[in-house]
Amino acid sequence: MKKIFRNLAFGLILLFLYAPILVLIVYSFNDSKIMGPWAGFTLKWYVMLFQDRYILQALYYTLIIAVVATTVSTIVGTISALGIYRMRSKLKRPYLLLNNIPVLVPDIVMGITLMSLFIFAGMKMGLTTIIIAHITFCIPYVILAVLPRFNRLPENIFEAALDLGATPRQAFWKVLFPEILPGVTSGALIAFTLSIDDFVISFFTAGNGVSNLSITIYSMAKAGINPKINALSTIMFGCIMVLLILINIRSEKGIKHIQ
Amino acid sequence: MKSFKEYIAYPYGLWMLIFIAVPLLVVVWFSFLSNPDFKAGVYTFTLDNYQEFMDPVYLELLYRSFLYAVIATVICFIIAYPLGNLIISLPGHRQNLMIVLMIIPMWVNFLLRTYAWMVLLSGSGLISQFLGMLGFQDVSLLYTQSAVILGMVYNFFPYMLLPIYTSLKKIDPDLLRAATDLGANHFQMFVKIKLPLSLPGIVSGSMMVFMPAVSTFVISNLLGGGKYMLVGNLIEQQFLTLNNWNFGSAISMVLMTIIFLVLGIARLITGKELDTGGQLL
Repeated sequence: MKKIFRNLAFGLILLFLYAPILVLIVYSFNDSKIMGPWAGFTLKWYVMLFQDRYILQALYYTLIIAVVATTVSTIVGTISALGIYRMRSKLKRPYLLLNNIPVLVPDIVMGITLMSLFIFAGMKMGLTTIIIAHITFCIPYVILAVLPRFNRLPENIFEAALDLGATPRQAFWKVLFPEILPGVTSGALIAFTLSIDDFVISFFTAGNGVSNLSITIYSMAKAGINPKINALSTIMFGCIMVLLILINIRSEKGIKHIQ
Repeated sequence: MKSFKEYIAYPYGLWMLIFIAVPLLVVVWFSFLSNPDFKAGVYTFTLDNYQEFMDPVYLELLYRSFLYAVIATVICFIIAYPLGNLIISLPGHRQNLMIVLMIIPMWVNFLLRTYAWMVLLSGSGLISQFLGMLGFQDVSLLYTQSAVILGMVYNFFPYMLLPIYTSLKKIDPDLLRAATDLGANHFQMFVKIKLPLSLPGIVSGSMMVFMPAVSTFVISNLLGGGKYMLVGNLIEQQFLTLNNWNFGSAISMVLMTIIFLVLGIARLITGKELDTGGQLL
């Protein structure tokens, strides 16, 4: 009895979470512009999607921004985390405080403050400003992911490696780096997802010429329902599922390998 | 680790000063300036922007943002707390599977998730058709207050579930057993042991739902059709449409004050830094 109730509860909540996405997927194959009754199977929304230059360009920009922002923020974040780890507490506190601001302050406030700065400094809004903004809100998450790894390290691990004859380069890449790698990877993953998913901060720092997928979807959705968006979400959801399955297979292989 | 010096973090310190501290100070400074005659370069130091916000129209808008965010937070809690308990009662590997299943929708773009509800709720959408079969004709749920709150609940629900799940998982089941052994009934065990021990999770979950909900402008625009302006919409409008940055800055300051007040209260309740229950990855 309790089991039936439990499964019912899980079923309902999963229905709530997945129904909207499934409806989008089903309607992306529907041969009708309104989301009413089923009007036959079609792929025309997908064809139209791939003919839409705005969407393709937005996709390109989204990926460029995410790759650049993730790379820069992972490298800078990891190096800075090491510096912060070595800091006297007098300097450490203001560093961590400033670092936490983008995490705590609402996106819209981050968006308008950066926009004000860029306009104030006379910068032209475009790809550069979006990338600067993304790096700014990504680095804090990388630091928050990497710093605990340094804190957990034995005090003299690097020097011990040097004493045992490693060159500084070997000591870093063979001893130190593997220890912090899980933090670096999860920091990079968080940065990438945040950048891909970001709408609000991009919206304020994009200006007219450049737009990412979120901004494009927003302006299309504001005009009402558009089946091309359905096709786009189906493709994006498909990519996520494939990615998750791949990660899963890899980690299962990893576990078997260890065993 | 003495081989590494703190100065390798200095460039990032400079970066934070330029792109985090200075912009915030610029907006604080803007909020105290006003240019009533719209003459170029003529700004006076004033509290007018804050006074303008005291207008009942804006106060009502602030109240609405606060109310919607609180309602969304409460609904998320009411669903997530029992759900967290149910997940805990599963065997270990099925717990992980269930949590992953709850998180996957979060990987779908935020705008798409909100848009999905536009499709579901619209006049020709599935929900209206279903209601039509039950005899309610022409019910469009899109562009209503409920739609806005529903959008908040849907988008931010996992932020509530994860910290609650983590804090429930940390409770030693022996403690609960000991309480019942020592004569506590089910209700007492819940109120005196389980609830206080899971409080940190509840508080951080509530913060993680409340903060994005109170500052959103996307959900209210797409699901409320612009009819239910929230603080976020007002800020967006002042900065992008009306070009009144000074008033916009003042509203942002009010919003930030509210958020930091709520954070302060949260910290008072739990007595420590917020535990977000790990990242959503």
